[in-house]
Amino acid sequence: MDDTVHRHAPGRAPARRQLAAGVAAILVLMGCAFVLPRWLLFVGTMAASHGVVTLGIVLMMRGGVVSFGQGLVFAAGGYAAALAGMYWGLSDALLLVAIGGIGAVVIAAPFAPLLSRYRGIFFAMLTLALSMVLYGILVKTTALGGSDGFNLSRPTFFGIGVEADQGNFAMYLLAVAVTGLLGLAARVYFDSTRGLVALAVRENELRVEYLGASVRRLLATDYIIAAFLGGVGGALTVLALGHVEPNFSYWTTSGEFVFLAILAGHHSVAAVFVAALLLELVRSFSALYFPNTWQLALGLFLLVVIRFLPMGIGSLWSRRPAARPASTGPTA
Amino acid sequence: MLALTILIDGITYAAWLFIVAVGLTLVFGVLRILNIAHGSFYALGAYAAASFVGWLVGADMPEWTTVAILPVAALAVAAVLAPLTERLLLRPFYGRDEVLLVLVTYALFLALEDITKLVWGTTPYYVFEPYSLFGNIDFGPLTYVGYDFALVLVAVLCGIGVWWGLNRMRTGKIVLAVIHNAEIASSMGVNVSRIYTGAFLFGIFLAALGGALTAPMVSVQPGLSVGVIIISFAVVIIGGLGSIEGAAIGALIVGIARALAVHTWPAAELFSIYIAMAVVLMFRPEGLFQRIQARKI
Amino acid sequence: MTAPILEARSLSKSFGAVVAATDVSIDVPQGQRVSLIGSNGAGKTTFVNMVTGYLKPDAGQILLDGRDITRLSPRQVTRLGVARSFQIPQLAAELSVLDNMLVAAACNAGAPSFLRPARTPEAIDAALAILERFDLAGHAGRPVRELPGGVRKLLDIAMALVGKPRLLLLDEPTSGVSVDEKFPMMDTIASAIADAEIAVLFVEHDMDIVTRYSDRVVAFYSGRIIADDRPEAVLADEQVQLYVTGRRKHA
Repeated sequence: MDDTVHRHAPGRAPARRQLAAGVAAILVLMGCAFVLPRWLLFVGTMAASHGVVTLGIVLMMRGGVVSFGQGLVFAAGGYAAALAGMYWGLSDALLLVAIGGIGAVVIAAPFAPLLSRYRGIFFAMLTLALSMVLYGILVKTTALGGSDGFNLSRPTFFGIGVEADQGNFAMYLLAVAVTGLLGLAARVYFDSTRGLVALAVRENELRVEYLGASVRRLLATDYIIAAFLGGVGGALTVLALGHVEPNFSYWTTSGEFVFLAILAGHHSVAAVFVAALLLELVRSFSALYFPNTWQLALGLFLLVVIRFLPMGIGSLWSRRPAARPASTGPTA
Repeated sequence: MLALTILIDGITYAAWLFIVAVGLTLVFGVLRILNIAHGSFYALGAYAAASFVGWLVGADMPEWTTVAILPVAALAVAAVLAPLTERLLLRPFYGRDEVLLVLVTYALFLALEDITKLVWGTTPYYVFEPYSLFGNIDFGPLTYVGYDFALVLVAVLCGIGVWWGLNRMRTGKIVLAVIHNAEIASSMGVNVSRIYTGAFLFGIFLAALGGALTAPMVSVQPGLSVGVIIISFAVVIIGGLGSIEGAAIGALIVGIARALAVHTWPAAELFSIYIAMAVVLMFRPEGLFQRIQARKI
Repeated sequence: MTAPILEARSLSKSFGAVVAATDVSIDVPQGQRVSLIGSNGAGKTTFVNMVTGYLKPDAGQILLDGRDITRLSPRQVTRLGVARSFQIPQLAAELSVLDNMLVAAACNAGAPSFLRPARTPEAIDAALAILERFDLAGHAGRPVRELPGGVRKLLDIAMALVGKPRLLLLDEPTSGVSVDEKFPMMDTIASAIADAEIAVLFVEHDMDIVTRYSDRVVAFYSGRIIADDRPEAVLADEQVQLYVTGRRKHA
């Protein structure tokens, strides 16, 4: 029996090791701030901010639903942070990010019980519709700058104001630290009992209900967690760009996050950020070198991934949920 | 007077919406694919129309040809792209998760955005010749362009044509059989594969037709597809995915709602449509006229 | 005399013109083994669906240990101690056998935890213990979609037992299983639940299995119960032979 247990259980020690490795990776990435050029730090900040939004979609995908409307929470977080900066005179970056996350939850939470009743295309369309409603409201609200949005002054970092050229540096550190910690939390969640039940919901909802768990409550909670992640991503993006606009809630923005989620797959947290980084790099280069073909490249790449790597690029290095057997034949 | 204005605006807009959206609901009805690239084919129809009309004008052809060429442009787009798309991109994914197919069409949308830019460039095209051919119509103090009313006629013809084709013609009844149960239809000897290809071809033709007919009304430039797809979704969801009658009712609802908003509460113009979509999804997710039963557990 | 674990009183259920249940009444004492027989469409699975809350009867009452469960959902009924297996095994196909069991345990324990890792030694031990009883421990690490039908059915049943139910409903436990495997499979199931005071209702088409493994047989026809007695009595019943089993040649 002991043998079997060791065969199947990662146990406490490897889990701690995994967390330690994660923390180390975050620290290394933060350390990179001192050697990387400014433009690359900006790319990294954008990758982190978009990655954390995508993480929310991945979370929901593990439960079996795909949201085509994360723009809603992305915009809500961005506007919440920007408005708090403008009207409440708050300037601390971390505080604004937290407000972004909470603001997004406030906007999204009322819809959670409703959304938890839908699946498949209807879930996707309803999330899409909600994000477009916000878009429509934002475009026509002149107090918020209408379709142009508005600008945000540079934030402070724990009381320290930063010069223009230091802004990228500080934002990068904040973004990596915040999204890194959230990523670690996501990893813990994925490996938890609740994370495993979510995967079962994705496979067979009926059985999970028949086992005594509430699928709707699980999906609603996941939606709210994803909203928080989306809001944090929105706030980080706004702080980095110094600007917020209704396009954050447009369907094409949501589409990009879904694209990233499919690319990354739903088993590896690291894959989400790797995918986001890839996209940001492609986006940066494309503006200079191939402005009229990069979307084509993205489209083709997405098709290739859907066809040949249906579990996303994360499947290239991540262990599948099925624990490794010792006696039976070769399975992943 | 206001009521009349709203009604006329609503109906003309609804006509446009119906032509643009009916192909989307047809493709979903037969193939169960929610085609995000529908907007891209719409745009391609517009661009093709711009090119064809440009050639006609350059060759000094009579004015009426600039209108007659519009459906031809749409047909060209559909004939070239639809079979290729269906066979290469969609067929490998039939039977898989419906959301997966949506993602495939999203990838197609991304690709077509750039392909359109590569072929036609980024400067806008103006195809105004056909627009003025139908003269103007006066309703008291208001003047309307005849073209817009011609579209109403086209929409009605389209609607009747598709309905009649499905319910009265033999091929149409076969298509209905495939819609209800493809497996059984197949075991009765129906070439389901050919039906899928044909339905997709027709749906894309309708999308491109929408674009071709719209080209004279707008400036044809990158970004056309993005707005159209979302409004088509709204129309089709409200009416019920897969239902032709639903697309008509959905178009009317959205058209009149928008006209109402524009004339009484302009700020609500954009989101009123999406609120309608959200409300319908919340209370009758299968739309008002759902023809295809949502899968039961 | 203790109260019956299950009391079904005059259950009726129709789907439009189709009458799936008419005046179905059954009282099941604790620990009894009951088989439900009847041709396809006779109402057996409808009965199981009503008892487990998947369908609501048009009329009638269902009591579990004296408590009215007629209007409860499957989740609520499960939490009260009822478990069920399915004609077509309902499993998480991409997860491993062990993971399926862990999910069953997690759902049974109430709100699953955000923090506690899924695969702790204690949880795995508990899951493997049940899998051992079903001879499935060797398959623990394999993804379910790779498993043959008989193994899936056993897993389906094993998962139902995780919650230590007082009432177990098995929908055609041996269907889809080859003839030589049926008896060993029922032996495995019987011994896995032998030590507990579980009442078992199982839908079955094979009369040899019915005779061997149940104390009592309830026969359905057209939504009604046409016989309810010991196996020998029911199988000799004229109506049962007419509508369910066909005329039996005397051994």
